[in-house]
Amino acid sequence: MNRNLALHLAVIAALYILHLTLPAYHHGQVARIMVLAVFAMGYNILFGYSGLLSLGHAMFFAAGMYGMGLSAQHLGFATLPAFLIGILCATALAFVVGLLALRTIGVGFMIVTLMFAQAGYLTILYFGEYTRGDEGFVLTNTARNFGNLDFSTADTRYLAALCLFSGALLLKLLIVRSKRGRVMVAVRENEERARMLGYNTWSTKLYALTLSGLFSGASGASYAILFGYVGASFAAVPYSIFPLLWVLVGGAGTTLGPVIGTAFMFYLIDYASGVTDAYMLVVGVTLVLITLFVPGGILGLVKSRFARWIP
Amino acid sequence: MLKLSGINAGYGKNQVLFELDLSVDKGEVLCVMGRNGAGKTTAMKTIMGLIQPNSGQVEFEKRKISKLAPHTIPKLGIGYIPQGRRLFSELTVAENIEIGLMTRKKGKATRDKVLDMFPRLGERLKQRADTLSGGEQQQLATARALCLEPSVLLLDEPTEGLQPSMTALIRETVLTLKGEGVGIILVEQREDAVRAVADRVAFIENGRNAATHTIEELTEDPSPFRKHVGI
Repeated sequence: MNRNLALHLAVIAALYILHLTLPAYHHGQVARIMVLAVFAMGYNILFGYSGLLSLGHAMFFAAGMYGMGLSAQHLGFATLPAFLIGILCATALAFVVGLLALRTIGVGFMIVTLMFAQAGYLTILYFGEYTRGDEGFVLTNTARNFGNLDFSTADTRYLAALCLFSGALLLKLLIVRSKRGRVMVAVRENEERARMLGYNTWSTKLYALTLSGLFSGASGASYAILFGYVGASFAAVPYSIFPLLWVLVGGAGTTLGPVIGTAFMFYLIDYASGVTDAYMLVVGVTLVLITLFVPGGILGLVKSRFARWIP
Repeated sequence: MLKLSGINAGYGKNQVLFELDLSVDKGEVLCVMGRNGAGKTTAMKTIMGLIQPNSGQVEFEKRKISKLAPHTIPKLGIGYIPQGRRLFSELTVAENIEIGLMTRKKGKATRDKVLDMFPRLGERLKQRADTLSGGEQQQLATARALCLEPSVLLLDEPTEGLQPSMTALIRETVLTLKGEGVGIILVEQREDAVRAVADRVAFIENGRNAATHTIEELTEDPSPFRKHVGI
């Protein structure tokens, strides 16, 4: 077993140990962090590895969430098929958005993805009869069961989140270590040069965006099942910014950076909000300091100083 | 083998090349010389499809290629090493070479061949590209392009800023490739480098063909170097 795989398996093992030892509050928080870390991993495939900065990733998270929630709530699908429908919706949406948005680059791409996400958000509000607009809806218990597993219980929820997280983490490791993953990095580093070596850089970017949508959708669909709520706030602008911040803080272009970034941001907000009402100021200042002094993110710093081998 | 005829090209409304003609045959080294801004790099980019000519044709092995998508041109067997090397700096030496090999599905034999040409790279396979010296980076850029096993290779000022030993290695590589039948277009500013490898020299002035001479003609009368390049 190589050390990269060993490191990732160790992280998964550590999270399992936390399941056995954490108090109830943190147990729930870590489950939430694991699900949202999958969203951040998806964002990282696009931003960290392929160099495309999207400002509209909330639409993929929401597509997974609403794909799952609406098919369970209104079409009567069982949990697993509804979950798969959620992933399929997000993946298909990412592919279609990619076909159009990847005709632009740089700031143009950022604006187009932001506009698509806003259109998605407004669509959710417009079809309030089904989506219940801003208010959202709570999933019925039947939509949160699979066989004997009841995802509304703390233990099952944590272990399901861990399964999702582990699968996503190992899949992402496989993707970024694959030949196609290296081509994604090549495109990020120098798109013109990659083209001059015979690579269709547009299709590589479309591949990255579609994969990113798949991860984001899996995260959104899981969030709906594990936490039982589907709401328009998950399709709004902040949920497009969060994964960007999680990835930047943790370390873009690293497999574990988004996990660290998500956990760090979660607990920073958690801790700061217990100390002061101006907790967003604390968060903002921390982000500015990290951007100024640790531009490669937390794991980026560790990687450059101590362990360049970390993927 | 590779022929440009009557190329008019540029950037938006700024035309840089005017009715430019160039050609290179199998096993021939054509050096392209001209002052800064003469249009040498623009000509290379036009061959590679990065700039679409307004008129004129680029033909490779009698096939018109000027309308092809840029990423398909290297697959035909045209390699390009741009000015400034442009490596994938976060990837290792081995990964940079692998990226070169994957396009035309070349395998271990090609990899071994390029590493034989540049043994220094073999000692640094796990090193990140951005930690190599300038000379090693040029070797890696050349090795990566050679992984495509091109039948025509375009080199844009490959010896710029290199120490003499590295310059000699690059020249030696050009001559080896020429011996293997690879057609080479070499953009170069240095007269000594040109004399060492060229069969013909095309001088470009303000995007136009100024003159083309064989190296024998230039040995007899070197005045075109002064006239067109100011050496």
